[in-house]
Amino acid sequence: MFSVFRDLIRYNIEFAIGLILVGAVVIFAVLSYFSPVDPSLIYMAMPDQPPSGQYWFGTNSRGQDLFWQLSAAFRNSLIFGITVAVLSRIISITVGLLSGYVGGWVDRVLMFINDIFVAVPIFPILVLFYFVLRNNMDSFTLALIMACFGWPFDARLIRSVALGLKHREFTRHAVFAGMSTPKILLEEHLPYVMPIVFSTFMANMLWSIGLEVTLAVLGFTNLNNPTIGTVLYWAISHSAIVVGVWWWIVIPVVLIVMTFLGLFLLAVSMNEYIDPRSRLRRMGA
Amino acid sequence: MSTLLDVKNVSKQFTMGGMLSRKIVRAVEDASMSLSVEKPEIFTIIGESGSGKTTLARMILGLELPSSGEISFRGKTVSHRVGRAERLEFMANVQPVFQNPFEAFNPLKRIDRYLESTATRFLKVTQRDDIDAAMDGALQKVGLSLAEVRGRYPHEMSGGQLQRAAIARALIPNPPLLVADEPVSMVDASLRMSIVNLLKSLRDDLKVSVIYITHDLATAYYISNRLIIMQRGRIVEMGDARTVLDNPEHPYSRLLKNSVLSTEDAGAGKLATDPGMVALAGELVGKAGRLVDRPDERSVRVY
Amino acid sequence: MTQDILTVEGLKAYYQMNYFGVSREVRAVDDITMTVRKNEIYGIAGESSSGKTSFIKVLAAAIRPPMRVVDGSVKFNFKSGPIDVTTATPQQLDAIRWRSLSYIMQGSMSTLNPVRRIGKTFEDFAKRPLAASGTPYRERVLGHLERLKLPADVLNAYPHELSGGMRQRVTIGLATVCHPEFVIADEPTTALDVVVQKEVLGLIREIQQDMGSSVVFVTHDMSVHANMTDRVGIIYAGRLVEEGPTRQMFFAPKHPYTAHLVASLPRIGDTTQRPALEGRPPSLANPPQGCRFHPRCPLAIDKCKTEVPPLIPVANDHRSACWRWQDVAPLVKPHQAHGVMA
Repeated sequence: MFSVFRDLIRYNIEFAIGLILVGAVVIFAVLSYFSPVDPSLIYMAMPDQPPSGQYWFGTNSRGQDLFWQLSAAFRNSLIFGITVAVLSRIISITVGLLSGYVGGWVDRVLMFINDIFVAVPIFPILVLFYFVLRNNMDSFTLALIMACFGWPFDARLIRSVALGLKHREFTRHAVFAGMSTPKILLEEHLPYVMPIVFSTFMANMLWSIGLEVTLAVLGFTNLNNPTIGTVLYWAISHSAIVVGVWWWIVIPVVLIVMTFLGLFLLAVSMNEYIDPRSRLRRMGA
Repeated sequence: MSTLLDVKNVSKQFTMGGMLSRKIVRAVEDASMSLSVEKPEIFTIIGESGSGKTTLARMILGLELPSSGEISFRGKTVSHRVGRAERLEFMANVQPVFQNPFEAFNPLKRIDRYLESTATRFLKVTQRDDIDAAMDGALQKVGLSLAEVRGRYPHEMSGGQLQRAAIARALIPNPPLLVADEPVSMVDASLRMSIVNLLKSLRDDLKVSVIYITHDLATAYYISNRLIIMQRGRIVEMGDARTVLDNPEHPYSRLLKNSVLSTEDAGAGKLATDPGMVALAGELVGKAGRLVDRPDERSVRVY
Repeated sequence: MTQDILTVEGLKAYYQMNYFGVSREVRAVDDITMTVRKNEIYGIAGESSSGKTSFIKVLAAAIRPPMRVVDGSVKFNFKSGPIDVTTATPQQLDAIRWRSLSYIMQGSMSTLNPVRRIGKTFEDFAKRPLAASGTPYRERVLGHLERLKLPADVLNAYPHELSGGMRQRVTIGLATVCHPEFVIADEPTTALDVVVQKEVLGLIREIQQDMGSSVVFVTHDMSVHANMTDRVGIIYAGRLVEEGPTRQMFFAPKHPYTAHLVASLPRIGDTTQRPALEGRPPSLANPPQGCRFHPRCPLAIDKCKTEVPPLIPVANDHRSACWRWQDVAPLVKPHQAHGVMA
């Protein structure tokens, strides 16, 4: 695993750039744990100060130091994205492997549910949840709801791999070696879908963070919790560009682009790495 | 004589296609055969693609259920729709040998885990030493040893070693019956004979019966005691391997034998097939007929 | 003396790979010298990963990275003029493809476009090289189909509507409709059933005799070589180890590997124990020193471990690369009595 990582950094420029971008953002987000100010408080600094030696990213119209504000926002957003990705991966692996291997009515029922989740439009549902839950709508609840919608496409992908694995001779060999179904799924088949899981993990994070930004900008989340989306919401509601506080918009946007580009590059380079053809080439087959 | 495996009037139909173009494929029709406990033998099922030989093998392994008729092993009906304990007990007695040695093991996993799982599941041994003894014993039977196999991944071993290891794995529960579906069709010439010879020695030395499924008449002649020849789901000829192949009676059997490329006339470029023979064999497809016993203990389908 | 249509000299084709820092050189074809005569079927035998596929890729002028021709030449002597496919330009190769140099592939499904009628595929293949259209073109194609014993209405069929044997006959038809001088057949019957296999083999031979072209026929199945070819070359670990007239190869082999291949063939009417060859073909990335067969060879001596045996003439029209070729005993005699052998 470590050597794979080292080789990827050394020989895959996309992966290296992606790693640097994401690494920088992660370090920036981790800094929030050492923040001297509470990011939820307002008017702790002089408002509308441009970036300077004292305030690296300037301050906003609400009197917050943008450096620490954004640091906390990125931490919250990244944790949110990872939570959604982990939860939805668990669902998609379970459904995909089970559906592909067991087949029959289990497959039909699971894929029926899967198709429902594909068909249902997620955005109105999230807005609905916001109006029902209102102040109880915290980050984790939102992550749970989005995880419930983030799995169906990837489950189909995993199912298609599992279908192929089911008919490989080693699967039948495992059955006749007395292995139980869970053992076959977890030990024989899971290693084959892990690469897919990794690359869809990144894609899923992109999707969930992006959706959270959309919801927040429209005001459908808890606005007191600093996230990438809520930072932008406040900037827009204070007409930051119009009044000349450009750094309030530009700096978060640059950071978001860095995050998204980084995650995208990681997903793409991982995808290339796991592509069976390039994998075969590497193994010299 | 008690029967080990009894296949009685077994048929299997598959429904192909969607709602509009539904088509029923009769993969196996009215097949019967039986193996006895006392006399271990290599029983060969010969057929071309679409003859139903693989379907028959899958039914014997309990991976498919017959549409009609019954397959029983030591008096118990073979089926996958039984409790796990009963299914495991069946698997301890009937084990498969796979087609492609390079596919038989998960390339990402070590080989010995299959052997270990077999030993713990079927022999119910839990002590490390007992498990190792069981694995080593089985590997010795095929000319390998645990020291050679332990901790190795499939890509580290040759095709011959892999096929041997797979057969050793199947031998751990001391099954009286192995089902080998085309075990040599995907392997190179130099490997082919080592596998065929191994099957032969399993019968002679370990008294294991083998159901050997193949399209290759030459290896069938070489190792089998009895055989059946299948044409489009029907058994057309059945009997002692030498008797049948030396002098096949059914037109289809004769055509098959005639199509075997012999090396006797190497270099002469003799490739003519008698079109009359092909036509005669082709005419009989789909005709029911009935199996008639002959004095030399073979049965032939007549029309 | 018959004229040679193909002359391969000192051909070396290596795969040079560099993936994620691991650079490997696989010597798939290592110093092969051979010729193919006009109007003969030359068989190439070898196990999987022996380099035989790479060799015919070079012959077929399908040299693509990571494979590279490192050394040697592959010269065809066509009526249209001589050409070396290792140095020819894409335009020159286009000019000979199908017209002079043609292929029959293993999987008929990959040659035939599943959504095009057979007739359309024939047009794609044959219209330009034949330089004919309208009635002459149609007559030419129909005449060719008749020779292949295919009904004229296959032209209106889609590939999936035909049986495996019919499809393989169609691909043979496509490969031969332009009357090429040289045909490369890569395991064309491996996936077929025995009855159909014999029919298709007979057909290829018949067409070859008819057109007077040369065929390089590749398969690992020695019994196919026995009945199909005029001469056979055996490839082991990237090298040609023996070459000779088919009959001599079967009954008087001069290389232990060939002797083994022939001896291991089971035959109806003979139940004597057949020997198996232990070990496996060497890795082409790291082949053994000296003779590449020595780790598996029953006749190996110390010399074999260090010195590479050259491919030398051992009998009329027969070459072998073995230091001990004189000690190779034929393991099979022609027309053995049924089942009786010492």
